[in-house]
Amino acid sequence: MSIDLSMFHRTFFEESGEGLSLMESGLLGLRDGAEDADTVNAVFRAAHSIKGGAGTFGFTAIAQLTHSMETLLDEVRSQARRADGELVDLLLFGVDALGSLLRSAERGEAPDMTEVDPIRQALEAMVQQGGSRPPLPAEPVPAAPAAARIVVDIAPHPELFASGNDPYRLLRELEALGRCDTEVFTDRLPGFHEMDPEVAYLRWRVVVHTGASERDVADVFEWVTDQCDVQITATPATPVAGPAAAEPAAIAKPVRAAAGTDHGQAGSIRVKTEKIDALINLVGELVITQSMLGELGQHFDMTRLEALREGLAQLERNTRELQENVIGIRMVPVGLAFSRFPRMVHDVSRQLKKDVQLTLSGEQTELDKTVIERIGDPLVHLVRNALDHGIESPEVRSAQGKPAQGRVALNAFHRGGEIFIEVSDDGNGLDKARIRRKAEARGLVAAGEPVADERLYDLIFEPGFSTADTVSDLSGRGVGMDVVRSNIKELGGTVGVRTRPGLGTTFTIRLPLTLAILDGQLLRIAGQTFVAPLVSMVETVRVNPAMVGRVAGQAELYRLRDEYLPVLRPQRLFGLPGREAPLHESLLMVVEADGRRAGMLVDELTAQQQVVIKSLETNFRPVPGLSGATILGDGTVALILDVAGVMGLGLDRGEPPVAAAA
Amino acid sequence: MPSILTVDDSASMRQLVGFTLKSAGYDVVEAADGQEALSVARTRGVQLVLTDVNMPNMDGISLTRELRALPTYKFTPILLLTTESAPEKKLQGKAAGATGWLVKPFNPEQLLATVKKVLG
Amino acid sequence: MNGSAMDLQAADAAQFLTFLLDGEEYGVDILRVQELKAWDSVTPLPNTPAWVLGVINLRGLIVPIVDLRKRFGLREVAYGATTVVVVLKLEAGGRTRIVGVVVDAVSDVYNVGAADRKAPPDVGGTNAFVRELATVGDKMVILLDIDALLGEAADAATTH
Repeated sequence: MSIDLSMFHRTFFEESGEGLSLMESGLLGLRDGAEDADTVNAVFRAAHSIKGGAGTFGFTAIAQLTHSMETLLDEVRSQARRADGELVDLLLFGVDALGSLLRSAERGEAPDMTEVDPIRQALEAMVQQGGSRPPLPAEPVPAAPAAARIVVDIAPHPELFASGNDPYRLLRELEALGRCDTEVFTDRLPGFHEMDPEVAYLRWRVVVHTGASERDVADVFEWVTDQCDVQITATPATPVAGPAAAEPAAIAKPVRAAAGTDHGQAGSIRVKTEKIDALINLVGELVITQSMLGELGQHFDMTRLEALREGLAQLERNTRELQENVIGIRMVPVGLAFSRFPRMVHDVSRQLKKDVQLTLSGEQTELDKTVIERIGDPLVHLVRNALDHGIESPEVRSAQGKPAQGRVALNAFHRGGEIFIEVSDDGNGLDKARIRRKAEARGLVAAGEPVADERLYDLIFEPGFSTADTVSDLSGRGVGMDVVRSNIKELGGTVGVRTRPGLGTTFTIRLPLTLAILDGQLLRIAGQTFVAPLVSMVETVRVNPAMVGRVAGQAELYRLRDEYLPVLRPQRLFGLPGREAPLHESLLMVVEADGRRAGMLVDELTAQQQVVIKSLETNFRPVPGLSGATILGDGTVALILDVAGVMGLGLDRGEPPVAAAA
Repeated sequence: MPSILTVDDSASMRQLVGFTLKSAGYDVVEAADGQEALSVARTRGVQLVLTDVNMPNMDGISLTRELRALPTYKFTPILLLTTESAPEKKLQGKAAGATGWLVKPFNPEQLLATVKKVLG
Repeated sequence: MNGSAMDLQAADAAQFLTFLLDGEEYGVDILRVQELKAWDSVTPLPNTPAWVLGVINLRGLIVPIVDLRKRFGLREVAYGATTVVVVLKLEAGGRTRIVGVVVDAVSDVYNVGAADRKAPPDVGGTNAFVRELATVGDKMVILLDIDALLGEAADAATTH
């Protein structure tokens, strides 16, 4: 029977991808000195698994490459070889090459050996050098033609059964080779009462009439050579020819694999079975509630009103729990997004001739799978930035009395219904003066205009503001901070920066725990209901008209205690029809986004509730100032305010747009 | 219908071996490492154990040793799946009480032929 | 709705749902009609062209509603008992979008063979969304290319 193995390929590729990540992180750990036995074992096992699978599924190039790596790792494991920098670097190149081969195999393309061959040869050369094992053995030359008659004397040791072996099987196998004349000897068999059924007593002589070789006959006994005396009388087999030695070439250039392995792009997700079990239970409860309500509906009268209320309350509980659980399924640890960075920091800092240590914390913090997939690129850019422009060279650092080794840290944690991811470095901080000059050159800030530091630093996120990336970009994309901010904004999050000159910079990304649900404040503007994200709201005050002033005849400011807040008038910005409410009848909602604060005029606040964010873009297009819509309990649609967008409409374009004609 | 316990930390290998054996009519129980396999073995017997050598939590050789200590597994054929052609693993396996081994890579036909040999 | 839905007169006949706007009869490919809805209130969207009335909740989906009268620049009427929203499936860039259009009244469903459909003459400006002119009996029915009429590209180009 033949079985099509390709159905198992997907699992093999997924597994091997994970194995490669593990190898990479393990090897990077080894590089930093500690030859920790557990790590070496884990790396070895990963290589071993990949090799086994590759061989089984017929990916010869992968199997061969992994074989050399496995050999070297085994030597390290058994202390026959030291994991010095050279070896680790070579093995890392091996990991890259494997990644390349796996990707080609996954796409069904022939592997590109031009970059892989030098690495393979270098690995084999290293194996030869000081190693105790030869390269992968070649196929043995078949033995000379067999005798027609092979005599086999079989004398099992008494304990043969204990290994689960059975002489009967051996005899069957011999019979498969050809006609057998079998003679049994009972000379070792004791009397019935002394006989131990677990002990092997019998001996045999089998004459096999076969065209098979003596080697084939010997193979039958392969497993029992230590538990069975076997004598095979025939012509001796010819010796096996040895493999030819390989000619290693120097590695011309390292294989540049894309940074990190692909996580989560495959469109599938691994979920703990407990989560699925919990989900199944909840669905079960929901079904029960539904049938109960269905039954109530069939025979309803007012006496059953209380039961109906209870049933509906239960429905609400069931749906809420189900919702939380389903969202939880898509939550994966942020460590997945962090995983590519140790390697990247290692490579880039080497390139830049800087000494940088990367610390990761909060890797277990969970966030939505889609968010993880899309947060990768912004993080890469922020980390690269820290390496390129943040951390100084070791000489400069020492001269400043700082430790020569710079630190970059990635930290993730939950707070108040959001995920925070911080990318920080202890480098030289943002250059305020340079930013100022650039801002003036671009007309974002007038010369001599007093600008708060935090506003100045926030300008680095303006389009076209970014300093040119002069260092080679691993991912081949030249993205600016503005793209970082807009990527994060698309995820419903914000990014801000804090810096201290000479001491370092921290970028803080805030993301909603889930893309789809929002804690909202319902409010009314010009008779229409909107929803503002609670997370953007600071406080709300009754407007004191005396506190409103105008600057240069245009921008309105509100003095709230010791702060001047720009005033936003959503009714005007959105062109909502109707008379504007007088100031003293309005509320000022202090809002915050992207590190900026403003006061938004609204008519009244109504309820606070969780709302499900529905996209406007699915069937329409994005509307500036709105981040989506939601359906209220009464079935009507309420629009969700995008606070940063409203600020953009109100503050960044000079004159707010005139109300559109109805 | 004979039942076979397959032990391997690689999901793709487990899938392949499991599928191959089931297609041939065997009943298959899977475990991801020696520890799991031992737990299974404590609750039921099988006619054959196929186990990988290198696994976390408990490797194949320790598993073999542990299984042989169970009365129901004293004579059960245990085959190690090994990629090494090197002698020591096989020797260690035998010393622990293994019946024999299968060298990876193997194709499904080889697997079935070996299983058939052992189970008769 | 007439019952001739099942008898296609010619192999290349297509079916169209027609509606009235200012006395003119317009048709859309029936395969693009998802459903018909009674007119109900709409949540207005800020800073959108006047002919985008806003969005409604269609069984949990946010669907924009377009006023074709305004889109065509016809005079406005008050919405009444026959005012209907035709919910259409638009195709653009491989994506399907659901959009509703407000019409005065729904008229009928016709099978129109290819022989009775002609490309429109060049009458300046409107051809972007007129697919064909159909003859049904002695009437002229204007068959619309709704993707062109309502798609995103149209939005951007005509935002005033």
